[in-house]
Amino acid sequence: MRILVVEDDLEAQRYLVNGLKEAGHVVDDAADGEIGLTLALSRPYDVSIIDRMLPKLDGLKLVEQIREHGNLTPVLFLSALSDVDDRVKGLKAGGDDYLTKPYAFVELLARIDALMRRRHPASVKTRLQVGDLELDLLTRTAKRGAADIDLQPREFRLLEYLMRHAGQVVTRTMLLESVWEYHFDPQTNVIDVHISRLRSKIDKGYEMPLLHTVRGAGYMIRARA
Amino acid sequence: MRAPNIFRTIAFRIVLVYVVLFTFSAAAIVAFAYWNTARALNDETDQTIEAETTGLTDLYQREGLGGLTDVIIGRSVRGGQALYLLTDSDLHPIAGNLDAWPATEPVSEGFVEFDFQRGSGGEPQRYRARGRIYTLTGGFHLLVARDVHERYETERIFTTALPWSIGLMLLLGVVGGGLISRNLLARIDSINRTSREIVAGNLSRRIPVTRARDELDALAEDLNHMLDRNERLMRGMRDVTDSIAHDLRTPLNRLRNRLEGLFLQIGSESAQGREVEAAVGDTDRLIATFNALLLIAEAEAGAVREAMARVDLAHVIEGVAELYEPLAEEKGISLQIGPGRTAPIRGNVRLISQALANLVDNAIKYTPPGGRITIAAEDRPSGVALSVADTGPGIPPAERTRVLERFVRLEESRNSPGTGLGLSLVAAVARMHEARLELADNAPGLKAILIFPAETQTPARKNG
Repeated sequence: MRILVVEDDLEAQRYLVNGLKEAGHVVDDAADGEIGLTLALSRPYDVSIIDRMLPKLDGLKLVEQIREHGNLTPVLFLSALSDVDDRVKGLKAGGDDYLTKPYAFVELLARIDALMRRRHPASVKTRLQVGDLELDLLTRTAKRGAADIDLQPREFRLLEYLMRHAGQVVTRTMLLESVWEYHFDPQTNVIDVHISRLRSKIDKGYEMPLLHTVRGAGYMIRARA
Repeated sequence: MRAPNIFRTIAFRIVLVYVVLFTFSAAAIVAFAYWNTARALNDETDQTIEAETTGLTDLYQREGLGGLTDVIIGRSVRGGQALYLLTDSDLHPIAGNLDAWPATEPVSEGFVEFDFQRGSGGEPQRYRARGRIYTLTGGFHLLVARDVHERYETERIFTTALPWSIGLMLLLGVVGGGLISRNLLARIDSINRTSREIVAGNLSRRIPVTRARDELDALAEDLNHMLDRNERLMRGMRDVTDSIAHDLRTPLNRLRNRLEGLFLQIGSESAQGREVEAAVGDTDRLIATFNALLLIAEAEAGAVREAMARVDLAHVIEGVAELYEPLAEEKGISLQIGPGRTAPIRGNVRLISQALANLVDNAIKYTPPGGRITIAAEDRPSGVALSVADTGPGIPPAERTRVLERFVRLEESRNSPGTGLGLSLVAAVARMHEARLELADNAPGLKAILIFPAETQTPARKNG
């Protein structure tokens, strides 16, 4: 995947670019908004990672201008600003996701994967399947093998989100933001409890677990062990 | 807000006091002038009558009854306001233009006032006269008088007109006062409206200054000057938080990047790897504390007013309860939602949710297994109350204000995880929403209550 990184903190840029390259992406970088704009408009990218505060052309304006040119490349904002108002401003300007510094690299990677998948959505699905676990989005029912699984509405949404990102790492913050629509970190890790509840419903008594904990990152649902 | 009531304004009260004072002083002055004039006129009449009487008695002494009778007849036919009557000792008229001796008056020396009739044919009219009675030698009686009915008429008109004039003056004064107050009220209302909009977060609003350049304009200019300063300070504060955020987050970001990179290289198998992993954990706690502090600073600076909207507390409660329910269940605590819906409030839904989450988080942390936590919202006369009640150990009354300070954690809780900023954030969110945070005794346990002003009390009014 081709990724554009526009970040003026060169140290941070180096880590970001190296990390992304190690993860197998092709990365272009820019240290200010103007170069960033030129690159964004001249080459096709799958995702752009753009710092909110940039020299020459501010991150918000950069994204606004990219959008004005009809370019719909998903944009992830990185911001060292506080985020109560800025998240809203960033998303209004045309950003697709917003991550506050300092961030965990695994969090960034997980979000980029999610953004890229959003860019190439498979045809509208009414049924999700991972291994022998099936989720019917129309009847809102879940099945593993032949057995019906009784899920609460929120558990259904949690499982749906995990299954839409099957094979990808999903972080706790992503779950909190997407499934609960909360943009803050609870003091206690409540997500883990929700996951263990869900796990006891879909994995308990089965030989092959589907819902995995990815150490230091989050969770992943996949058929292979 | 209170409906502006013209009759309760300062301007109206001042005008009213002034009008009453002015009316009664004017009435007193007019009455005094009238009384003085009437007395002077009376004196003048009396002197004229006195002089004429003296003249006539002299004439009587010189020329006898015949001469006096001639003169009186001569003067009587001239008419006018002069009245004469000469009678014998039995009060039978001898000469004069009065038909009979006034019935009401006894025959005595001195000044009298009496009614008399005049008018040839038709309705005889009653008039008022003032005169002097003189008894002549020989038993004859002489009455010299003046018709004063015109003066009495004037007096009557004046005395009936005076209360009407006073009433009219008061009425005009009240109407005028009302108009002045309304004008003043409109201008003060514009100041009020502006300040409410500023409180609601629109820092750039200013009080309109009219071209009158009067004292209210001077006040408006001074207030605007103060508002400019305030806005600069607020923006400055915001800039400072932003730069602190930026300047601390950049190195924290690098630190976390480096540690994370190192950890990915070493892995968690070796002792060094585990150390690095622990360092990443420490960094994350550092970041969490920093973020919480920054959020508190922002909430206190009122910097997040822009994201205020209508919030339905029942919805907030549902979401947070749903998020924490499994955690409570895992600890053997029953988490309940109180009944009822409340009026909507105006606020930042994210911060209110976070504040509620912090309260519930704390309640779960401190409530022993088998306990109960109740989240409820209710309308109260003082506003909309959002409460979290638990059956934990509670907080001793003496400690209740202290726990709202930053980083304060009670001795018993030193070892449980958390930044120690949870309640301070709740307090900051409360201040930002002009809400009151109360920590009460749930007997047993703690009941934390946030009382928000109802939405209708602080809307940014749209009408201009």
